[in-house]
Amino acid sequence: MDIGALFECLTSASCVVTQASTGLIVGALLFLVAAGLTLIFGVLKVINFAHGSFYMLGAYLALTAYRASESYLLATLAAGVGVALFAMVFERFFMRKVYGTDVLMQLLVCYAFILILDDAVKLIWGAEFQSLGMPAAFQMPPLMIGGGIIPVFYLYLMLAAALIALLLWLVLSKTRLGKIVRAAAHNPTMTSVLGINTSLVYAAVFALGGLLAGLAGGLAAPVRSMSPGMGFSILIESFIVTVIGGMGSVSGALLGALLIGMLRSFGSIGFPLFVEGIMFLGMGLILILKPSGLLGKEPR
Amino acid sequence: MKTPIHCTDSDQSFAAATPLCASPAQHAATARAQSRRKLLKVAASVLGSAPLAAPFVSRAQNKPIKIGMPTILSGRVAMLGISSSNAAKMEVEKFNAAGGLNGRRIELVIRDSKGQPQEAARVARELVTADGCEILLDAEASSGAFAVHEVARDLGVLVMHTNSETSALTADPKLRVATAFRSARQGIHDAVVGGAYAAQLAKEKGLKRWMSVSPDYAYGRDTTAEFLEYLKYFHSDIEVTGQVWPKLFQADYSEIITRLLQGKPQAIYSALWGGDLTSFMDQANIYALFKDRQFFAVNMADYAVLTAVKSVPTNLHSGNRYLRSFPNTPANHQWSDAYAAKFKELPLNWSWENTVGMQFLIAAMRKANSTDSKKMAEVLRGLTIDSPFGADGKVTMRAEDHTVINYAVGWGALAAKEPYMANPVAGSWKQIIELETSWKKSKGWA
Repeated sequence: MDIGALFECLTSASCVVTQASTGLIVGALLFLVAAGLTLIFGVLKVINFAHGSFYMLGAYLALTAYRASESYLLATLAAGVGVALFAMVFERFFMRKVYGTDVLMQLLVCYAFILILDDAVKLIWGAEFQSLGMPAAFQMPPLMIGGGIIPVFYLYLMLAAALIALLLWLVLSKTRLGKIVRAAAHNPTMTSVLGINTSLVYAAVFALGGLLAGLAGGLAAPVRSMSPGMGFSILIESFIVTVIGGMGSVSGALLGALLIGMLRSFGSIGFPLFVEGIMFLGMGLILILKPSGLLGKEPR
Repeated sequence: MKTPIHCTDSDQSFAAATPLCASPAQHAATARAQSRRKLLKVAASVLGSAPLAAPFVSRAQNKPIKIGMPTILSGRVAMLGISSSNAAKMEVEKFNAAGGLNGRRIELVIRDSKGQPQEAARVARELVTADGCEILLDAEASSGAFAVHEVARDLGVLVMHTNSETSALTADPKLRVATAFRSARQGIHDAVVGGAYAAQLAKEKGLKRWMSVSPDYAYGRDTTAEFLEYLKYFHSDIEVTGQVWPKLFQADYSEIITRLLQGKPQAIYSALWGGDLTSFMDQANIYALFKDRQFFAVNMADYAVLTAVKSVPTNLHSGNRYLRSFPNTPANHQWSDAYAAKFKELPLNWSWENTVGMQFLIAAMRKANSTDSKKMAEVLRGLTIDSPFGADGKVTMRAEDHTVINYAVGWGALAAKEPYMANPVAGSWKQIIELETSWKKSKGWA
């Protein structure tokens, strides 16, 4: 515990800028994965335990696309679209069959896919870890803003994540599809009675969740080494984020992800050994005091 | 149309238990076929044994020598099991092609422990009790190796630990098992050599402020403490201004990197390894963490890391894990090239450790002319063999603590391309052993 160092950091502009931007970047990528997870739960009431594997698949698809095209933008889009398609197939042929069944059955199907995808990655891309490398456009010294250090690539990632979050908000709140999705989340039977093909909505939601996870995997690929099983750690953190923010709430996922990002960033200065502990403690407190999460709706 | 299932001789026990191989209508025909087969079998065995000088080869002598290999073949460190088992297979093929031990060939039985210690223990036990393995080649990471060690103690079977580098496994006399040996490098040896190398550089470049970034589990913490201990031993004018401990397999190191930046160290030590090290390097590069700083990463000089990191910074130093150019001998080049040609990938640190493990086992069974665990253990104590990975062409299984010594160990500055470490500074085994002995005394182990 080094509260003195934390205080010193908070009184120095350079430290605040560096750590706050770090918190934002940690939170931004976490948000993209957690948003898909929480969206799927919100509408389908299914916890997609294979979501971390979607993220992994996105990273590997980006790797292949980048090697083929040498374009980072194309690689990221290929990752998003590829995983969205996979998520749709996953929903149509497998998850659909276990809706409404015991949560254990859903867990088993997801777990099976975690193993299958890990092995598929091993067969296709190999067991050794791989790295995409920094695209040439971002190979430049970090920016110095107010004495703080912000890497150019991370600035781009933050903007990309913010843009995706904005688009997601627009789609969910302003479009017909968004209204249907929200209606299906609220009352699936009534939505179905009104003549909406909810089955198609479910597939679309899974695809959207997959798109977000794939984009996150693709965006993070230049700075994260890839290996089979890499989706597991991001899955755990995404769960913490969704529980804190509220299962099913996309804005809650954003809040939770940013909170975790800031906690990790400033915590590493003041209490480096307790960051994880405080994250879980926070989650525990929220489960006790407000089980639906910070922005989650109370169950009726 | 269904095709009838034909039974071969070896299917007879199966045939008796299942209707798949012998339907009632086929019984009479099967009986006639059996008598014909018996005749053919006798004829074949007579013809087969005719060219042998000694026709009375007992079944026991023809029985394969089963060596069980628990290792990690799935999850994030599957690379460990693949590079380990590849290396072991290569030695087994050579041994079998040379005729084996009195005609007995080695059969390697490889099982996945998924990186879980309890699974490693279960798999190791089953390899011996159910699969009939006489020897264990334990290619587990440290957590699994300690579990397999206890299985070997319980069953009295010979075990060669090939991947665990945690010193206590063989250094702590309380843990010692008469039939357990280690062919892997040891953390304490790397720490002495690394400490001496880094201290020299610290003196030359005036590096006083140090920080460390290592994975937060026993290996990371022990290795870092040992390195810093020897760094200070060789050069006392050192101040460790901060230590950060990312989780094992952490995806995002941003806050760890900015914490290091805030500490403004002149030099950084790291025991991160594998994909974690490449992630950290790639992320630290975009923060320009390595600019005007010396970075000492003990696990950097392994091909898996060297080929994965896209931009190797200057001022980077590492211990040798495995390099074709260190030791720079024809024997090492030959082994490295043969491995790369066979498996279409470059050998890793785990590969040489398993090759040496298998070479020790083969040398011991030949010298003892037996696969009996106790007899082989007796021979292994103090055994010296020729090896491409020896500091002077040979490695020794030290009798007092059953661990390999005299292997090539060194540190050096790294470059982005082959040979990666142009001027490695080889460690002195005299110095390593002296300091290791006093370290053991300080622990109450010697």
